[in-house]
Amino acid sequence: MAAESKIDPMHQFQIDALSGGALDGTPFIFTNSALWMLIVLGAILLFMWGGMKRELVPGRWQAAVEMLTGFASGLAIGNIGPEGKKYVPWIFTVFTFILFSNFMGMMPFGIFEKAHPFTVTSQFSVTGVLAIISFSIVLIVGFWKHGFHFFSLFVPHGTPALLLPLIVPIEMISFLVRPFSLALRLFVAMIAGHILVDVFGYFIVNGINAGTPMGYFVSAISFVFIAGVNALELLVCAIQAYVFALLTSLYINDAVHLH
Amino acid sequence: MDLAAAKVIGAGLAAIGVGVAAQGVGNVFGSFLQGALRNPAAADGQQGRLFIGFAAAELLGLIAFAVAMIILYAV
Repeated sequence: MAAESKIDPMHQFQIDALSGGALDGTPFIFTNSALWMLIVLGAILLFMWGGMKRELVPGRWQAAVEMLTGFASGLAIGNIGPEGKKYVPWIFTVFTFILFSNFMGMMPFGIFEKAHPFTVTSQFSVTGVLAIISFSIVLIVGFWKHGFHFFSLFVPHGTPALLLPLIVPIEMISFLVRPFSLALRLFVAMIAGHILVDVFGYFIVNGINAGTPMGYFVSAISFVFIAGVNALELLVCAIQAYVFALLTSLYINDAVHLH
Repeated sequence: MDLAAAKVIGAGLAAIGVGVAAQGVGNVFGSFLQGALRNPAAADGQQGRLFIGFAAAELLGLIAFAVAMIILYAV
C-alpha cells in the first residue's frame, strides 16, 4: 500500500447505498445508516426479549433489563412527578435507542472488510427527528393541558413589568432553540469523538508505515492515547443518552407544570 | 492572505472555544464535588442538576467544534 495514507476522518460518516437507487434501479434506497438502525433495533429487541420472561426471582439478564426500565421510569417520574408515568414510553425509547446506537457505533467491527459500524446518531437528520418528536410532545401536551395559558411559560414568576419586554423574547428564544440544541449536542458529541479516534488511528498506521524509530514511537503513544479516548467515548455515549433523556423529561415537566 | 490559510487559522481560533468549554465542564464538576463533600447527604438529589449544568457547558464547546468544522469543510 501507499507509504502514507491521507487522513480523512469524515469518510466514516458517509452514507452509502447498499441496494436500490443506481445499483438496481429501484427507487427505494437501503443505506448503511438504515442497516445499522435495524441492527440497533435488533440488539434492543434481543436484549429486552431475553429479560422479559417475568421470572419471580430475576436472573442476571432480567435484572439488567429491569435496571434499564427502572432507570427510565425513575428519570420520568423523578422529574415530572406522578403524572410522569404517561411519558415513560418515550423517555425509555429515546434513552435506549440513543444508548444502543452510540454503543453499536463504537463496536470494533471495522477490522472486517465492509462491516464498518455506522453511528446512527452521528447524522443530524436522526438526532433532529428525535429532538423534534420530543419538542412536539412538549407542545402538544402543553397546549392540550393549558390551552393558551401555555404562553405563561415565557413569563417567569415575579418578573417586574418593566423587564417584560426583555425577558419574554429571551425566554421565547431559549424555548425555541431547545430542539436544535438537543439534536446538535448528541450529533456533534458523536462526530467529535469518532473524528478524534479516527485521526489517532491514522497516526498509528502512518507511524508504522513510516518505518523510522520516530514513527514507531508516535504509533505507540497514539495507541495508548486511543485506548484512553475509547474509554472516554464509552462514557460520553452513556452520558449523552442520559442527558438527552433527562432534558426531554425536564422539558415535558415544563409543559405539564408551567414552571 | 489566501482563503486556505485563513480557513485553517479560523478553525484553530474556533478550537479555543472548545478549550474554554473544557474549563466550564471542569468548573461544573469541581463545584459539584466541593458541595457534595461538604454535604454528602444532599449530593444524590442534585445529580440531575449536575448533568443539566454539564450539558449546558458542554453544548457551547460542541458549538465551537461545529463552527470549526463548518469553517474547514463547508465554507
